[in-house]
Amino acid sequence: MTDPILKIDQLSKRFGGVKALENVSFDVFPGDVLGIIGPNGSGKTTIVNSITGFIKPNSGNIYFKNKNITGKPPHKIADMGVTRTFQVMRPYYSLPAYKNLVIPLFSPRAKRTGGWRGGGTLGNRQTIAIDILEDIGFERDSYIPFKKTSTLPTGYLKRLELARCLALKPEIIICDEVFSGLSMSEIASMVPLIERLQDEGITIVMIEHRLRELFQVANRVMVLNFGEKLIEGSPTEVMADKKVKEAYFGSEEVEEVMTYA
Amino acid sequence: MSTQESRKERIDRGIKVRSDGLYALMSWRELCYLTLPRFILITGMLSLPFLVPDMYWQRVISIVCIYAILALSFDFMAHYVGLVSLGGAFFIGTGGYIAGILNTYFSIPPFLTVPLAAIIGGGFCTLLLLPCLPLKGVYFAIVTLMYPLFMARIIEAFDIFGGTDGIIGIDSFSSSFAEQYFVICILLIFLFGLRRFVTTDRGLIFTAIMDNDQAVKASGINITKYKALAVYIASSMGCLAGACLTHIYMWSGISQFALDFSILPIAATVIGGSGTLVGPILGCLILVPASELLRDFGTLRIAFYASILVGFILFKSGGIMEFGQRKYEQFERWTKI
Repeated sequence: MTDPILKIDQLSKRFGGVKALENVSFDVFPGDVLGIIGPNGSGKTTIVNSITGFIKPNSGNIYFKNKNITGKPPHKIADMGVTRTFQVMRPYYSLPAYKNLVIPLFSPRAKRTGGWRGGGTLGNRQTIAIDILEDIGFERDSYIPFKKTSTLPTGYLKRLELARCLALKPEIIICDEVFSGLSMSEIASMVPLIERLQDEGITIVMIEHRLRELFQVANRVMVLNFGEKLIEGSPTEVMADKKVKEAYFGSEEVEEVMTYA
Repeated sequence: MSTQESRKERIDRGIKVRSDGLYALMSWRELCYLTLPRFILITGMLSLPFLVPDMYWQRVISIVCIYAILALSFDFMAHYVGLVSLGGAFFIGTGGYIAGILNTYFSIPPFLTVPLAAIIGGGFCTLLLLPCLPLKGVYFAIVTLMYPLFMARIIEAFDIFGGTDGIIGIDSFSSSFAEQYFVICILLIFLFGLRRFVTTDRGLIFTAIMDNDQAVKASGINITKYKALAVYIASSMGCLAGACLTHIYMWSGISQFALDFSILPIAATVIGGSGTLVGPILGCLILVPASELLRDFGTLRIAFYASILVGFILFKSGGIMEFGQRKYEQFERWTKI
């Protein structure tokens, strides 16, 4: 058994009287695609924010490669290779798409590692940025990489979020709902991209509402409900579990889940 | 022509499109088109000391440049870093006092006190503003507004550096020509330096912080460090302007912390066009002489001054630069619908 790359230990977070997370523990192993699902308000995004340092948990510890990273500032955690996307996309709207990637390529981590495929140092950041964009599905010969970010459709913005992580040469990408708001065809082209990233050895944690696509790519799934961990297991185990169905649909409507999943 | 049967359309001039890319370098006409506005600005600024009639207006030129440097630093902070700073008076006062102290207590000549005041003053202002850096937008503005008042009261209460009398007997520049060319050259260097800087990769980080600081954090970049760097650049520009002001008036005192220095740069930025860097300078070139001309009206001066401002905001809300750039790059014509 290999050591977990990311170990979450008894994580709790309260916002005033609301218990967003209550003693949640789980491990992420190198090469995993871990899916985290749960109804709205179950604490999924709070987990992402805690791991990446955007909020400080009330108690519990987070270990990355056996190093305690709890409470470190976001830029230090990103510098170690734990990157994230945002559920509400956060591109730099006033810049052209490719210049969005110049920012992460300028970071200390990218200077050390050279970006996704290396070579992203000194002077040629803009060329490397266009290479990365092409690699994740921006058509090179089109004007799309050069268009102003505020004019891009959602599908490209979601890819841009992923590209920002990739520019840092990440070890883990935590995707906060990359499929949400996308059309069926956009999702269909996103799934192979996630699979390709996994093949390249990047560990992926996915938070998702689109169960069908998630179960395609994930090898383990964890279910949260009201800030507590319900179950963790393979997609088929989770799908068959009665508690999960109740959490999502209430105890009466079990049949509908079967038709959906 | 009525708008029901025709409409106005704006189209890029052919020469603007042709001079967009690298190919502009191959033709003299396109090169001239690109360099003409810059050439007019530079030669205009450099010939100003010869064009104005008397000593009084020559002094006004220096004051224009000082306000212009301040407005430039405001525009950079507000529209390229996203920190709206009302600390212009704080920068001017700090720079002014440092130059005064260096000159009188340590008898350092003006051409050295000015850069020293920029370096030391920039550090001092950045250090004091460091706790406010997590703030954004109008909250940052309110806190920075507090600093000049704070400094003035400290000097008054402890009666340091001459107290309410200020520091007197400071050396002036060697001649009025030296004074004017010194400030004009500094202004031009800062203008073109900043324009260059904001398009570099490091400059892009500032724009990114303004757009979305969370995403910059998630990119593994320490935003506090970059915000502090931006504040250092802006405040050392302000301190440099303040040091020049001290040597021009041969005096530094509490009135250098007056809020005029915080407010006028903002008015100039609004008039000139925000986020253009050149605009604030044009704004100062209009506002400062206008305020001098209006002195004849006595107490009504402020009323006229205010109506000029309101007029600009009503009729040219984008600023002179935006209007001028549009006229230079595009032509307009009426077409039938």
